[in-house]
Amino acid sequence: MSALWAVIRRDLLLAMRRKSEVLTALFFFAIVSSLFPLGIGPEPDMLRKIAPGVLWVGALLAAMLSLNRLFAADHQDGTLEQMALSPTPLALLVSSKVLAHWLVSGLPLVLLAPVLGLQFDLSPRSLAVLMISLLLGTPLLSLIGAIGAALTLGIRGGGVLLSLLVLPLYVPALIFGAGAVEADISGLGAGGHLSLLAALTVLAGFFAPWAATAALRIALE
Amino acid sequence: MNNRLINWFKFASPQSFYPLAGRLWPWFAALAAIFCLAGLWLGFFVAPTDAQQGEGYRIIFVHVAASWMSMFIYCVIAFWAAIGIVFNTRLSGMMTSALAPTGALFAFLSLWTGALWGKPMWGAWWVWDARLTSELILFFLYLGFIALTAAIDDPRRADRAGAILALVGVVNIPVIYFSVKWWNTLHQGASVSLTRAPSMAQTMLWGMLLMALAFWMYAIAIALYRVRVIILERERHTTWVADLPEIKA
Repeated sequence: MSALWAVIRRDLLLAMRRKSEVLTALFFFAIVSSLFPLGIGPEPDMLRKIAPGVLWVGALLAAMLSLNRLFAADHQDGTLEQMALSPTPLALLVSSKVLAHWLVSGLPLVLLAPVLGLQFDLSPRSLAVLMISLLLGTPLLSLIGAIGAALTLGIRGGGVLLSLLVLPLYVPALIFGAGAVEADISGLGAGGHLSLLAALTVLAGFFAPWAATAALRIALE
Repeated sequence: MNNRLINWFKFASPQSFYPLAGRLWPWFAALAAIFCLAGLWLGFFVAPTDAQQGEGYRIIFVHVAASWMSMFIYCVIAFWAAIGIVFNTRLSGMMTSALAPTGALFAFLSLWTGALWGKPMWGAWWVWDARLTSELILFFLYLGFIALTAAIDDPRRADRAGAILALVGVVNIPVIYFSVKWWNTLHQGASVSLTRAPSMAQTMLWGMLLMALAFWMYAIAIALYRVRVIILERERHTTWVADLPEIKA
């Protein structure tokens, strides 16, 4: 258990020492979602309609930006090999790395989303649903992304490849996440979508670190 | 029983599988040609014109078979990927990379014929319907698999990374399918279902099944052919490859 905390603390500390990476993803999210009204037009009705999808796609892309740094630095300086050799199971260490990655790149998106939602004239209720859906969904993005990051570790052009591998797998998260906000706006109640999203996150939380570990072992040999 | 097990594992080695694949693929290719001719003949000349869709529906004979095969081949890839991970056999990885281009081709064919069918029937080349969308995502999964295995230089590493991706993908396919299905659906209901009697003329069904068989045989033939090439490429430093009559010539 102490090893897990150590990994989380270390990753958070590293992220705090290089704040620009975290901030870049946040600014990316803000800029991308501000571009849509400029491209589509300022009618509030239209904006309210596209808001869930636009904000979710923006958050998804922003979360993906930082994925290839999840294991890359540790792979380069040999930390990852030491982790693989340590008595603590690698899958647990990977889960804590994913958790740290989510705290750094997922949680800020959740906190920023309602501000961006205001640009799209969302009601306070929908903003709350948007936050909940992102809170439940962004861990899923980090978990699935970890598999992709582990598979593309040390490969030429890994960044572009990573998006090709990971984006199709993000589809359910996008559908249920944006669907929850959409359902709330149209008055259907977001409960079903949110439950499914939470179920997917729980499932991925169990299986994804395992798959990512298998992929890491391939990269390490 | 014991003998039989040994015989099965015998063909897990590329050296003994290479001649077997060489003997088998022409037969599957011939079967594919026969089934294809029979299916097309039944589809174009025997099957009646559809009451609602006219002659345009006849693309179903290619479209449905291609969609079935695109999904089936992904499962076969996942099967070989699992075998490769469990038994650490080299041939399974070669099979996955031999099958992937064919699966991608069928997925593309299914999307393309679907667009050609959709234009006269729905008035649109593309609609965001559940089955179209999940087929598109399946196509992306194939592309991701091919791109990943192509990006890794060491073939053994590429196989194992691809195997993990294929298994993750095959777990995700049902999730993606149902999420997309709940998201939106206006596709006509499944034409053939296992639980109720088919809602189409017998000849149409036969044409479709024959075409599916033809595509199946084609997929086996081309995968065996391609796996021979992959074996030669990867085992080129071995003596048995150097001793092959076709290499010596």
